Amino acid sequence: MPAEVYLNVAVGGVLTGLVYGLMALGLSVIFGVVRVVNFAHGEMMTIAMYIAIVLFATFRIDPLIMLLPIAALLFGLGYVMQAGLINRFITRPEHSQFLLLVAVAIIMINVLLIIFGPDAQNVQTAYSYDSFQIGPLIVDAAKVYAAAAALVVTAALFAFFRYTHIGTAIRACADNYTGALVVGLDVKRLYALTFGLGSACVGAAGTMLLLIFDVTPAAGPAYTLLAFVIVITGGLGSMPGALLGGILIGLTEAMAGLMFSPSAKSMFAFGILVLVLLFRPQGIMGKRAA
Amino acid sequence: MSRKSQNSTRVSRRTFSAGLGAVGFIAGTAPFNIVRAQGAALKVGVLLPRSGYQAGIGQDCQRGVDIAAGILKDMGMPSLQIVNADTETNVEIARSRAEKLISEGAQLLVGAFDSGQSTAIAQVAEQKGIPYVINIAAAPPITEQGYKFVFRNFPTAPMILGDAFANQKEIFAAVGAAPKTAVFLHVNDTFGTAMKGGIGAVMPKFDMPYKIVETIAYDPAARDLSVEISKAKATGAEAMIVVSRLNDAILLTRELVKQRWSPTTILSMGPGWYEDQYLKTLGKLSDGPLSFVPWYDPNKPLSKQLEAALAKAHAGVNLNTNHVYTFEALLVAADAYKRAGSTDPKALADAIRTTNITNNVSPGPGIQFDAKGQNSALKNSAIQNRAGKLVTVAPKVAANAKPEWPLAPYDKRA
Repeated sequence: MPAEVYLNVAVGGVLTGLVYGLMALGLSVIFGVVRVVNFAHGEMMTIAMYIAIVLFATFRIDPLIMLLPIAALLFGLGYVMQAGLINRFITRPEHSQFLLLVAVAIIMINVLLIIFGPDAQNVQTAYSYDSFQIGPLIVDAAKVYAAAAALVVTAALFAFFRYTHIGTAIRACADNYTGALVVGLDVKRLYALTFGLGSACVGAAGTMLLLIFDVTPAAGPAYTLLAFVIVITGGLGSMPGALLGGILIGLTEAMAGLMFSPSAKSMFAFGILVLVLLFRPQGIMGKRAA
Repeated sequence: MSRKSQNSTRVSRRTFSAGLGAVGFIAGTAPFNIVRAQGAALKVGVLLPRSGYQAGIGQDCQRGVDIAAGILKDMGMPSLQIVNADTETNVEIARSRAEKLISEGAQLLVGAFDSGQSTAIAQVAEQKGIPYVINIAAAPPITEQGYKFVFRNFPTAPMILGDAFANQKEIFAAVGAAPKTAVFLHVNDTFGTAMKGGIGAVMPKFDMPYKIVETIAYDPAARDLSVEISKAKATGAEAMIVVSRLNDAILLTRELVKQRWSPTTILSMGPGWYEDQYLKTLGKLSDGPLSFVPWYDPNKPLSKQLEAALAKAHAGVNLNTNHVYTFEALLVAADAYKRAGSTDPKALADAIRTTNITNNVSPGPGIQFDAKGQNSALKNSAIQNRAGKLVTVAPKVAANAKPEWPLAPYDKRA
């Protein structure tokens, strides 16, 4: 097989992996601070995708322009979920949190099914079928735009956590819950903000992923599972780890599909997960528990 | 108050006479009621997957049921009383719904699109001795069991594949060109894997001009098929043979456009590439693929009648396999009832066995059943997408257009 085929597939895998990374970043941020595993993560992303479909069908707004408004809407959804529901479960056993979020996920899937039906839906932008040709390399234009947007959103999130007071306060909550309470931080409000930020990430990722994939109400659990694979591979709670994990899984799936059987590509992604769990349980960029 | 009550319960001579008269009148007209019972509608249970993952197809088949009443009436057929049942795309539910329909008085069953569900219904129908006319199901074993009450007016998988290769050769001869190499992409589910096996077994018998250089299986739930198309393109094959479903057919086409690859032809041996949703979603990019499917003969008068009825009932929907074969199953039922003149299950089954309908829709000489209950004279067609419509290009006897060859390059479509 010609070398450019490998290159084409590898570039496509990395670009898709960057959007996967942003999706998983939301999960990682929420777990890293609130210590709650969001089992409704993929379903929240499908909600963002359907919001984008409705806005596109109604106002013909490009998903790249809708990115910020949809992220803001998902921020609101996440904030309300944490403040109104999940905060009450923070001190309860983990299985209660698990059941709560699984229930929320099932409700979300069924509401989407009632409203939008079971058929796959997508948006047809002016560049949906465009590709860039650079020598022998043919790159999907939608993937390039989505990956670039993912990088910008990720950089903004890094900057927020590093350079703003609220970001510093949230990191303080993550590092030392009791210390944060002692210095007078409103921890429950910061938790709600964090859940909102994680949801905003997944909202942005969903809007961009719609440029690449179709959406169905039933797609949520597969995305939740994918996000878990990525954050565990990259390191649960590590923001750079989520992005790296996304790229690694995207690239692995693409190359496995090319070199082996396309129908077995998920097997290789899970193979990487097993290897990481065996030899580096904290993930590639995760910190070892003390 | 009490007196009135007493009076109201007493049977007077006048009341008695009136009652006697009424009884006499009813007794006198009873023979007419018996005549009406014989001319009453045949109760037909229609089993379709109206929910579950085949819901869209089941609902499409229902369109064939919806337009049947008017056409059957025009043909002078007796009325059918349709009782709908949902198999929920589940074999066990199909079985229990068939049992329920029979217990509620269904005199004949029709359905159920899917081979697994149809197999379960066939077992129930045979056990209860109620005639069952299969609308769509291609698994050969259903009519290989020696059943006496099960009939199928739909080609088996080997018939579909054999006709597909014969029609391909006819098209290659008509256009004076043929691909030398082909890459085969198929969904990695039960249907796709069975078709892969079938193609491997049937193709050598037809001495095809092309060789399959690589077979690529993919997950039916795949979100992205870019790697699959990269791999297929890298083979340098001239033609692409596909066994897909709707969503993956759309994904594959999108990737062909994005990766700037236009094979000489796309030969589809399954659903997806000709479906209305494919045509609507892709617009001009949907033009060109050839699908080899059980279809209808557009030149038959009844086909035109069916097209007109569908256009009136469901504007913008193209007549397709689901409508045609569901309608024909009801036509078989009505025709048998007309000839049997009775709702007796054995009489109906005997009448179906001697069916000879030449005014029909599907390609071939008409509807007749062999000793196994299979219409083995059915022919399959090659259809091509043209500007949102479907034309039949082979076999020549059932064609209404000449094939367009080669596939117009995707990047040169205005």
